[in-house]
Amino acid sequence: MERTRITSDDQIKDMLDWALAGNKALSTIGSGSKQTLGRPVELDAQMDISGLAGVEMYEPAELVMKARAGTKLADVKSILLEQGQELAFDPPDYGQLLGFDAGHGTLGGLFSCNMSGSRRVKAGAARDHLLGVQGFTGRGQPFHTGSRVMKNVTGYDLCKLVAGSYGTLAVATNLTFKVLPKAEKTRTVLVFGVELETAVGLMRDGISSVHDVTSAAYLPDEIATRTGIDYVAGAGTSVVAFRIEGPGPSAEFRCNAIRKMMSEHGNTEELHGHNSETLWAYIGDVTAFAGSDDPVWKLSIPPSKAVSVIGKIREAEPEAAYYLDWAGGLIWLGLRTLASDGGANLVRGTIGADGHATLMRGSEKLRRSIAPFHPLDPVVAKITRRIKVGFDPQNILNPQRMYSVEESQETI
Amino acid sequence: MLMPKPNADVLAKRNYLIGELRKIVSDESAVIDDTAGLRAFECDGLSAYRQLPMIAVLPETVEEIAEVLKFCASESVNVVPRGAGTSLSGGALPLADGVLLGLSKFNKIVEIDYDNRCVVTQPGVTNLAITDAIKSDGFYYAPDPSSQIACTIGGNVAENSGGVHCLKYGLTTNNLLGIEMVTMEGEVIRLGGKHLDAEGYDLLGIMTGSEGLLGVITEVTVKILKSPEFISAQLIGFPSSEQAGECVGKIIGAGIIPAGMEMMDRYAIHAAEEFCHAGYPLDVEALLIVELDGPKVEIDHYIAEIEKIAKECGAVVSRTSQSEEERMAFWAGRKAAFPAVGRISPDYMCMDGTIPRGQLPKVLARMTELSKQYDLRVANVFHAGDGNLHPLILFDANIPGELEKCEAFGADILRLCVEVGGVLTGEHGVGIEKRDLMGEMFTEEDLKQQQRVKCAFDPDGRLNPGKVFPILHRCAELGKMHVHNGELPFPDIPRF
Repeated sequence: MERTRITSDDQIKDMLDWALAGNKALSTIGSGSKQTLGRPVELDAQMDISGLAGVEMYEPAELVMKARAGTKLADVKSILLEQGQELAFDPPDYGQLLGFDAGHGTLGGLFSCNMSGSRRVKAGAARDHLLGVQGFTGRGQPFHTGSRVMKNVTGYDLCKLVAGSYGTLAVATNLTFKVLPKAEKTRTVLVFGVELETAVGLMRDGISSVHDVTSAAYLPDEIATRTGIDYVAGAGTSVVAFRIEGPGPSAEFRCNAIRKMMSEHGNTEELHGHNSETLWAYIGDVTAFAGSDDPVWKLSIPPSKAVSVIGKIREAEPEAAYYLDWAGGLIWLGLRTLASDGGANLVRGTIGADGHATLMRGSEKLRRSIAPFHPLDPVVAKITRRIKVGFDPQNILNPQRMYSVEESQETI
Repeated sequence: MLMPKPNADVLAKRNYLIGELRKIVSDESAVIDDTAGLRAFECDGLSAYRQLPMIAVLPETVEEIAEVLKFCASESVNVVPRGAGTSLSGGALPLADGVLLGLSKFNKIVEIDYDNRCVVTQPGVTNLAITDAIKSDGFYYAPDPSSQIACTIGGNVAENSGGVHCLKYGLTTNNLLGIEMVTMEGEVIRLGGKHLDAEGYDLLGIMTGSEGLLGVITEVTVKILKSPEFISAQLIGFPSSEQAGECVGKIIGAGIIPAGMEMMDRYAIHAAEEFCHAGYPLDVEALLIVELDGPKVEIDHYIAEIEKIAKECGAVVSRTSQSEEERMAFWAGRKAAFPAVGRISPDYMCMDGTIPRGQLPKVLARMTELSKQYDLRVANVFHAGDGNLHPLILFDANIPGELEKCEAFGADILRLCVEVGGVLTGEHGVGIEKRDLMGEMFTEEDLKQQQRVKCAFDPDGRLNPGKVFPILHRCAELGKMHVHNGELPFPDIPRF
């Protein structure tokens, strides 16, 4: 496989034309930090777009930025920080989880994989912040969708399709997205020694309170003790964490209010700026499961199902490690399983139609043998296939990364 | 406005279609075929355009909808879905040879689920009815289009409706968790649910704002929020719209995201004040309403900051609501702006472009020039926080040629919005109203790519044809690869 360093949009067009003429399989790669997500792809060439970098437009007062797809996320974050702004969806960094270094992702990868962190539950997903995309379809045609304004219903919102398509529909070259002010102060309220079922109820009450909680997570003791934060690890027990952000007096007032609200359920403590940041990075980046090859699953479910889902999985796999984010709507599951399917049938059988499970980490063999993305209902699969064919009729972009070859045959 | 030519073969079998549709629905009267009955559906909120549907059907169950669609597909009959018919862009305008599918009987809330912070509802429930059902428990549904008392949640999804609180809370798409829908082929599917970020291609995202061209929505699951502890509004007047615009930018630049930020120009201020005596200052060129919501301690903090910014920007009036009554009074004028303008002019047309906020002075100046050029008055209300502009063009439809003149003026305004980096429509949708302007914003290939998505859901183009896209392509034609001189592009040596 050839890896070509792209330095201009024309080269992308050339590569696509070449792939179309010879039925070659292509992928786009930025830093490569997310290349192990999805099914392994047999590629003829890889387009390295890390050279297509740079911020093209940033207007802090209009809350909007436009940048090339190969721009490093770390660079974007530091430019935003200079103006007291950030990406509100809390982009996670799965570098360490996936066996790479931290701090390497690009914007293209972030939006293509629709990755959102702990604040997802309050601020929306990456896709909710993506306003416009420019690039090429798998037809080798330049296209653009969306714009730079945040209120726009002109035509179909193809940004939504590009986000979360893992590079299977189009090659994005430029991304325009919404940015937001970073809160002046952050506080995290910790509630110690709470059982799972109680924790899910507390997270519901916290996030449904008037105190504007922006994230809520539950770490069982084995996960909590590995955070590296004395206040959290030192307690030696499970912890529920609530993140509260805002201007100084407000953050403090609400932090106290949540502590008071939770005090009857366990001892409480609060983390300030630096420790809060460390804790939420630990939770969002899933570093608890770094340093091994065991399968890691991401389960998105209705929060009220969390207790029964975890109960059933732990009954079958007592060694399973887990924690909850998104106020109970997200389960991170680390399986030390002997099952050859990496636990796919167990996990997906348990959640049924009430959500979805994605294999976020697994050996190449495992990712080849099972569906890393949640299988689709037959009618949804048919529409999905037709959308793929509409964007990429010859199946040259990341073939099979999301769905297998049998699903890519239909033409319209 | 040119609509697709009615199909004579379909019109010829109207009686047969009526008979068969009556066999599908349990209640025969749910198939409407008399002119008086059909009259109720002849237009939506864009009332300048009217067309009687061939037949109207008001099904009661999802199975009936699926059967109706399947039958229409097999008979090559077009279908136009309709909620409450409040679209301002003609999205629910019937077709002379089409079946109008009314969702009005789907008017029940299915489930209120506080554990998962969502409401599951049938599509014909109004936007406001969702909040009404949960407000006693301290919750609400955030998107609040002005028509919320009448518009349905199914229509909100189809149009990706907004409202005055979009800057902080987003549009429908940001508050939607799942839908159940029926395809034109009669298949029932679920997208999303009570969980976040349904996997695979984001079909839920693409359905939102698809204007009834992709499927018929039969159930909706929306995210609900805790009602804020406290709400406060500030009324700030400026000697120029530039200063008001600068103030908006500085508020956001200071890290404050108000729940809503509305601007009115002199003409709109005067019309509103005359209409409902809201207490607006009449000697200012621009008026801002800034609404803050959240914890009281935070709002007090921000009010002081905003007052300081407003003063720096040259505000001549600045008042903060001291009670809920006063806050409602601040809003009364803004909310009455449309009827207020309607009172001083026989007709008006409401435009809906969005612009980068910094371009406001340029756009307003150009609009004043256009107003002189077309000799038609224009009043402006503006969702200043998110850049969504609603110019109201005043005209008299009884004067021959004035509607056309007004439409030409409106089109020029929308072209101007696109020229400064904005878009044709911020929340009203394309429908038929802006259909022929799509080329201002998109290349032919961009539009073809959007239509390929349409083909993925509705390959025969039976759902709501004639809306959104200026040129209808057959899906087979759209599917073809671009061919040069009979060959696919084949560069001998790739130049990389």
